[in-house]
Amino acid sequence: MAKRTITEEFKKGLWAENAVLRLLLGMCPALAVTNSAINGLVMGLASTFVVVCSSTMVSTIRRLVPRQVRIPTYIVIIAGFVTLADLFLKAQFPAISKALGPYVPLIVVNCMIMSRAEFFASKHPLKPSMADALGTGLGFTGVLVVLGSIREILGFGSIFDIVIMTEEAFTPWVIMILPPGAFLSLGLMIGIINHFTELRKKRSGI
Amino acid sequence: MDDTQKKDPPQKTAGESKPAQSGPASPAAERFIVSSSPHLLTEENIPKIMYSVIYALLPTVLVSVYFYGLRALVLVLVCVVSCVATEYLIQRFRERTVTVFDGSAIITGMLLALTLPPGFPLKGAFLGSVFAMAVGKHFFGGLGYNIFNPALLGRAFLQATYPVLITTWAEPFSGPAGVDAVSAATPLALMKFEGQVVPHLNLFFGNVAGSLGETSALAILIGGLYLRYLGYINWRLPLGYLASMVFFSYLFWLYDPLSYADPLFHILAGGAMLGAWFMVTDYVTTPVTPMGQWIFVICAGLLAVIIRLFGGLPEGVMYSILLMNATVPLLNKWTKPRVFGEVS
Repeated sequence: MAKRTITEEFKKGLWAENAVLRLLLGMCPALAVTNSAINGLVMGLASTFVVVCSSTMVSTIRRLVPRQVRIPTYIVIIAGFVTLADLFLKAQFPAISKALGPYVPLIVVNCMIMSRAEFFASKHPLKPSMADALGTGLGFTGVLVVLGSIREILGFGSIFDIVIMTEEAFTPWVIMILPPGAFLSLGLMIGIINHFTELRKKRSGI
Repeated sequence: MDDTQKKDPPQKTAGESKPAQSGPASPAAERFIVSSSPHLLTEENIPKIMYSVIYALLPTVLVSVYFYGLRALVLVLVCVVSCVATEYLIQRFRERTVTVFDGSAIITGMLLALTLPPGFPLKGAFLGSVFAMAVGKHFFGGLGYNIFNPALLGRAFLQATYPVLITTWAEPFSGPAGVDAVSAATPLALMKFEGQVVPHLNLFFGNVAGSLGETSALAILIGGLYLRYLGYINWRLPLGYLASMVFFSYLFWLYDPLSYADPLFHILAGGAMLGAWFMVTDYVTTPVTPMGQWIFVICAGLLAVIIRLFGGLPEGVMYSILLMNATVPLLNKWTKPRVFGEVS
C-alpha cells in the first residue's frame, strides 16, 4: 500500500472511506438517534471526541499492548472516554443527553471507533492516527447531521428546531421519526451514492 | 412427404446448421422447429391478464363511487396516474424498456386507492403511489422481482406516515367526502373498541364506513369470480385464506361469542375480501407450489385474526399478507416438489 500523507489520511474518512456510507460501520447510532438534526450533531461530535482520543491513546501505547489482550485494552480505553463524554453531556446539556438516552454509553460498542483502533491506530504512529480518527469522526458527524436533517424536515417540518414548514402547509410524515424512516432514508442515501459512484466509474472507464 | 423432399434440398444445409432459426419461409422448416420449452403457445400474456384484473376491480370501484361520490373516483384516478407516471420515470431513468401499459402499474394504483379512506388527501395518495411503485416494485427490480405486494407496501407506508388521516373514515352517502363528510368508525373498529356488530347484510352490500374497497363484499366477489372463471387465479389462495380466517375466528367465537365476533363478520368486514381475492392471489408475491400456497394462506389467515383480535389496530389483513410475503422465497424453496426419481 502506498504511503499516504497526513492530509490524505484525514480526507479519506470524510468521503471515500466514510464510516456510515462506505464501510457501513456505526449503523446503530446512525439509525437510532437521527430523528432530529441536533441529536445527530451531538452524537456525531461525541463519537468524534471518543474516536480521536482513543485512537491517540491506542497509537501511543501500541508497542506496549500484548497482541492477545489488545481488544479488551481498546475497549477499556474507549469506555473511559465514553464515560467522560457521557458525564460531560449530562452536566452541560441534560436535555440532549436525555434525548440520546442509552446511545451515548453505547458509543463504547460503536464499530467505527473499534475499527479505527484495530485497523489503524494500532499500526500507525501518532500523527496519522489522529488525522485518520478526526477525518472518520467528522465524516460520521456529517452523515448523522444530514440524515437527522432529512428526517427532522420531513417528520417535524423543522431543522435544528427552527420551523420551516408549518403544520397547515405540510402534514408531517410520522414515519420519518420512527425507525422505518431511518432505514428508508439511510438506505436511499447509500443507494443513490452507490448509483452515482458506479456511473462515474463507468464514465471514466469509457 | 414427397412434397417435402422436393422442396427440401435447397434449404437443407441451412436447416441443419441452425434449425431453430429457420423461419416460416420454408414449410419444411416449419414442421421441424427445434426449440426449448414452452411448446404450447396460448394467447395469455402479461397485459391480457393484467387488464382482466383491472376489469375485475371495476365493480368495486363503481360501488365505492356509488357510496362515497365522485371523490372516490378522483382518488382512484390520482393513484393510477401517479403509479403509471412513477413507473414510466423510473424505467426511463434506469434505461429499461418502458412497460407502463402492461397494466400492472394501473392495478397497483387501483388496489392502493381501494385501501384508502374516501376522504384521504390527494397529496398523500400521490406519495403512497410513488412509494409503492419506487420502493415496493422498482427498487427490487420491477415486475416479477418484488418481494412485497407494492400496493400493500404503499398502504403500510401511508399508515405509518399519516396515522390520523388514514383512520378518518366517512359515513356512506355523507356528501362529497372531505371536510364536511360525517366521520364514522369502520365495522372492525366498532367491534374492537365498542363491541358493536354491524349487520351482515350491510357488510355484504357495502353500506358501511371504510376504505373504498372495504365496503362491498359482493362487488369484490363478482370481480374475484370473474378472474376465477377466466382461470387467472387459483381457488386455493382466496378460499384458503378466507377459510383460515373463518376457522381461527370460529375458535375464538366458540370460546366466547359475546366478546369475539362471528366468523362471517370477520370475512365480510374490513379488507378480508379485497385481500383474499386481489392481494393474496398476486402471482409475484405468493408461493408457486400448492403446499407453499396452503402454508401461506393458513398462516396469513391466522395472523389476520390474531392482529384483529389482539393487536393495536382494528384491521390485520394488510400486515398479515405483508408478513407472509416476506416468507415466500423460503416457502418456495422448502416446498419444492421432488423431481421424479430424485434421491435426497
